[in-house]
Amino acid sequence: MDAGASRNGGGRVAAGHHAELRGVTRVYPAVAGYRPVHALGPVDLDLRRGEFFSVVGPSGCGKSTLLKVLAGLQPPSAGKCSFEGKPVHGQVPEGVGVVFQEDASFPWLTVWDNAAFGLRRAGVDSAEIERRVGDALAFMGLKDFQRAYPAQLSGGMRQRVCIARTLVLQPRLILLDEPFGALDAQTRLLMGDEVLRLWRRTGATILLITHALDEAAMLSDRVGVMSARPGRFLDLVETKWPKERDSTIVSEAGFGEVTARLWHHLRGESMKALGQSGAAAAGGRAEA
Amino acid sequence: MTSAAKRGFDILLVLAALVAGWQALYHVAGETALTSPAQTVAYVGELFTTKSAMFGRHAWETGRAFLMALGLSYLIGLAIGVALGAHRLSGAVGEPILVALYSLPKVTLYPVILLVFGLGLSAKVAFGAIHGVVPVAIFAMNAIRHIKPAYLKTAKTMRLAPHQVVATVIVPAALPEIVTGLRVGFSLTLLGVIIGEMFASKQGLGFMVINAINLADVETMMAVALILFVAAAIANGILLWIDHRLHKRV
Amino acid sequence: MSRIGWIRLAVLLALVALLEILVRIGSIPYKTMLPPSEMLTALVRLLAAGTATRDIVQTLTCVGAALVSSVVAGFGLGVAIHRFPRVRRALEPFFATYYAVPFFIFYPVLIAIFDLSLLPIILMGFAFAVIAMCIATINGLDRVPRVLGKVARMHRMREFETAVRMKLPAAAPHLFTGLKLCVAYSFIGVIASEFILAPSGLGHAIAYAYNDFDNRTMYALMLFVMIVVVTLNMLLHGWEQRLLKRWHGR
Repeated sequence: MDAGASRNGGGRVAAGHHAELRGVTRVYPAVAGYRPVHALGPVDLDLRRGEFFSVVGPSGCGKSTLLKVLAGLQPPSAGKCSFEGKPVHGQVPEGVGVVFQEDASFPWLTVWDNAAFGLRRAGVDSAEIERRVGDALAFMGLKDFQRAYPAQLSGGMRQRVCIARTLVLQPRLILLDEPFGALDAQTRLLMGDEVLRLWRRTGATILLITHALDEAAMLSDRVGVMSARPGRFLDLVETKWPKERDSTIVSEAGFGEVTARLWHHLRGESMKALGQSGAAAAGGRAEA
Repeated sequence: MTSAAKRGFDILLVLAALVAGWQALYHVAGETALTSPAQTVAYVGELFTTKSAMFGRHAWETGRAFLMALGLSYLIGLAIGVALGAHRLSGAVGEPILVALYSLPKVTLYPVILLVFGLGLSAKVAFGAIHGVVPVAIFAMNAIRHIKPAYLKTAKTMRLAPHQVVATVIVPAALPEIVTGLRVGFSLTLLGVIIGEMFASKQGLGFMVINAINLADVETMMAVALILFVAAAIANGILLWIDHRLHKRV
Repeated sequence: MSRIGWIRLAVLLALVALLEILVRIGSIPYKTMLPPSEMLTALVRLLAAGTATRDIVQTLTCVGAALVSSVVAGFGLGVAIHRFPRVRRALEPFFATYYAVPFFIFYPVLIAIFDLSLLPIILMGFAFAVIAMCIATINGLDRVPRVLGKVARMHRMREFETAVRMKLPAAAPHLFTGLKLCVAYSFIGVIASEFILAPSGLGHAIAYAYNDFDNRTMYALMLFVMIVVVTLNMLLHGWEQRLLKRWHGR
């Protein structure tokens, strides 16, 4: 990595790295009788501009924490994180969009107002808002529901509202934290196709956190496999899929190989994680 | 019959049963204890017509004490509730205290209030306010605490200024539960003012009732009770409707 | 005790100390308020002298009677109403309005029917508490996961057994809330009634002391009521926490 280029502060990042993590660690401090939790790291990651990168790992391994650090929602306890050459620390940088696991659609606003929310607060003029929101809603298939309230929609559609809300801000890096976790398997696969369309349309770099191996294998250019807590990258699997792909890729021969390789690592780690959570429940509080 | 019509019919049935029970009680307990439903309604009519000057005076007394107490309950309650809800530590420390205050028979504090404010309007307002402030605060505190973290995270990713986060995310998200607290506070403030009037006042609807029983004036007692009952029920009905509308969105 | 518990204790002690200082230096006039230390000594002397014993016993008896009857009746009513959804839907508006109307206004009516005795007082406490328990029971039964009923049928359990062995523990958190409310409301109902109009009892004693300008007795008794209520609440809370932690993992 060319250190000189990153010191340009806003200039071209070396070797097309859109975002970087170096030695990022996250430790949650001790709370009332519990030991401090070493949730993540140290982790190194180079995100290439425009790539689709997934992170898989057993529960509790720190995948969500990784995303939060990258998004600037949480500062790392140690190590450095940068986006487009500028450091990220505790503040969400301009150009980064995040879609969360839980339904974050505002129930007091219509679908349209939800999508327009960020633009209105940023002071974008109304003609532009009209254009972008209309565009995003049409793209996400929500045009017919623009006057509905989220409570009237299904879980999958509510997530699409959240995605539209992020889309209109034209982010260059989109972070998705298990956005389809609450949905049934079939809807999830279809949403995967939607994300691919999104990716091709916007040309953004995408980081997807998921626990579904097939989803990661099917959607990504690269898949990072995380170990059990504290999470570290065990392997980076390149899928070498063509850019114009969709969920039918599951019939390719390579798909089975990728999934097998992912499970090869994850099986052991998942058993470790299962043991960890079992011990936590039975043991209760640790001696502080 | 549609289910809504059936439900309406059932409700009327219960209402009719209550009135029938009232009538039966009247026959059992006698004229010195109660007035029948018909008699009571007739006397209510009198209070609004021939005796309207006297009734109006007392009603106005209660009304203005109530409104002032309500304003205080809402302002102080919201201030405390939001502060405790926003600041984690204060909330954790303060919540059991608030809950303990909720179960305390605040009637026990009435003599202190009388000592401090003397007999009069300000004492009544204080009675009402101490009853209403606690539920308003508790509900407001919980409303702020229960805001889904996902909303705040979203606000952060939109890079909103703090005042924007409050106005566009926190207030709409917390509003339903805050309104529930305002509704409960409304009823309790009314209760406080009325009990205060029953206990230590020479004016107002509460006083009318206690005075009536001391004079064995059963008609006035029942009629005023019925008026208060119906007024409170209607007010609560309206607030409940607003409450439901807000909660339906969520 | 946890760190938060210590902070809370410190805050409360600081407030009491503040009151003590303010009264002693005269910022708060002595005729309005007693320093907390003197309230305590007055209480100890009063209890030792035994003059208040009869009132205390009477009030606690009334509260106990109201509490037991409202818990049992409230639970029974709740179970019965839950069983018949049509009845429940018809009663819902009445439940929603019940605590909105100042039914203390009917206390004089009760006195007119039953004469000035303990019965109207117990009835007021009962009336205040019973519906809270009923509503809490219904809410609790709502929350019993349907799958438990299916498990019961798979084990071929009878109705009563299912109710006691499955529904009761599953609904426990809500039932506990109902119990806590019942205790609070029984106290409030009884003491408020004694304040308004009663021959004896703690509420009456406090009002009497106030009218007699006997601040020492008045504050001593007020302190007593507060101590009893707070202690009971803490005991209930502690029991609830232990039970719920074991049964519901919280």
